[in-house]
Amino acid sequence: MKVKLIDIAHGRSGDKGDAANIGIIAYNEEGYRIIDKYLTAELVKKHFEGICLGEVERFELPNLKALNFLLHNTLGGGGTMSLKLDAQGKTLAAALLRIELEIEN
Amino acid sequence: MKEKIRIASGQGFWGDLIEAPVWQVTKGQIDYLVMDYLAEVTMSILQKQKNKNPDLGYARDIPELMRRILKDVKEKGIKVITNGGGVNPVACGKAILKVAETLGVKDLKIAVVTGDNLIDRIDELITGGDTLNNMETGESIISVKDKILSANAYLGAAPIVEALKMGADIVVTGRTTDTGLTLAPMIYEFDWDMKDFDLMAAGTVAGHILECGAQASGGNFMGDWQSVPNFAEIGFPIAEAFPDGSFVITKHENLGGIVSVETVSEQLLYEIGDPTNYITPDCVADFTSIKISQQGTNRVLVNGIKGKSDTPFLKVSCSYLYGYSASATLTYSWPQALTKVKAADEILRKRLDNLGLSFEEIRTEIVGYNACHGPLAKTVNEDDINELVLRIAVRDKSFEPVDRFGKEIAPLILTGPPSVTGFAGGRPKASEVVAYWPALIRKELVKANIQILGV
Repeated sequence: MKVKLIDIAHGRSGDKGDAANIGIIAYNEEGYRIIDKYLTAELVKKHFEGICLGEVERFELPNLKALNFLLHNTLGGGGTMSLKLDAQGKTLAAALLRIELEIEN
Repeated sequence: MKEKIRIASGQGFWGDLIEAPVWQVTKGQIDYLVMDYLAEVTMSILQKQKNKNPDLGYARDIPELMRRILKDVKEKGIKVITNGGGVNPVACGKAILKVAETLGVKDLKIAVVTGDNLIDRIDELITGGDTLNNMETGESIISVKDKILSANAYLGAAPIVEALKMGADIVVTGRTTDTGLTLAPMIYEFDWDMKDFDLMAAGTVAGHILECGAQASGGNFMGDWQSVPNFAEIGFPIAEAFPDGSFVITKHENLGGIVSVETVSEQLLYEIGDPTNYITPDCVADFTSIKISQQGTNRVLVNGIKGKSDTPFLKVSCSYLYGYSASATLTYSWPQALTKVKAADEILRKRLDNLGLSFEEIRTEIVGYNACHGPLAKTVNEDDINELVLRIAVRDKSFEPVDRFGKEIAPLILTGPPSVTGFAGGRPKASEVVAYWPALIRKELVKANIQILGV
């Protein structure tokens, strides 16, 4: 079955140089089990094809029911260099919440 | 020793809600007001201001804020800690002193922390073999030395602790870490050993939660944001800290906003990398050790935090003049707004080509369509689109092509697709692009100085 990430999690994103950081927080333990298992670095990299031009790193924070993603080479140079309207990646958490996860029943 | 202290966040950046620190002081009880004013870009702007006028180079909102809060602050015994001194903390301290004199506030000790500013020491450091190599590329700073606009080491909590021990009511620093502003009063009030890295990490995590103002208390909250009451008078977060390193994040009851596990968690994840290694001058905090629970309405308990020893280095942020950029917008209405925007973009690019102009980068985004989410944005039936904004931006190392680009926007109104508007405010100007050079410096090479100004 398909689960919309926006139904089970919220998040916040920002910049670290030319990398964007996206924190995704599950609303409950069951949601965390789903994102921990299915929201992989590979899936996030594929989701941001054409936006994230570098590696995606994933870090787990089970204590916060959260995952932190670092999307390298994503902000068009970052900070003051970037020509992007969203030079700091502030809307990228919302962009990740668009994803649908295919999970086992 | 106090059983608890209440540390209030007053600003998340220079440009944040001006009323927030006034409310923190007047709408409830607090012991400390901490205010972060500095972003990387801020330092280069302040350095430019100081180059023009040696009395400037600090956050100029501060004297006006002090005019509004200084009497209350002194009466209630609230201490104020801010890094808004920028590249000229002494001038900032003197400006506050002048306000105190005007208001007739007596017995006020203002401590000024300096020593972070390395702008005049670059040659000396290079000669000594500390070439401030770029943390990302490994390159020596010699390659951009002549274009450097600012260079500052990030100081930690220690100089602020010293200042508080000297009896300061107000501490003004230059580039101090955002987290150090909050950690310092805990070390001072609870007499913490700065080698107890679990405690250092606890205060650092509290600082991370407070450093972006209302982002911890309902602002920019992606959970159920519509449930946040009274955004108009949003309460900034307050850390109620205890000697054992635990703390409760809360806010003044009579202000808006929400403090919940969800709002605090979002802020905990903001702009972090590896959560097990959150590096500051004071310690390395482990965010995976944080325990967080709701203790009541707008009260979130945070405890259990673990930390490791600080590193032998301080981070240095240098800024240098890289080149120029400009951006322009034009608005096209129904019908065929998307087709018009794309046509206008093509026409403009053809004209730039015909002029023989080249840019390091030229970027087109369509605001209202795909500017934020690019290829992830949903496709929309063009007839359903009421209007779109064409946004086009260029960057180059030289000024001329960027300047000429600015002169090619307005002509599109009379020489391109129809029903176009929104060109106001004149030609887009080529503005300076400042780039950042992150580096490390050995701690023993940076010595903080504290001086007391007083009435």
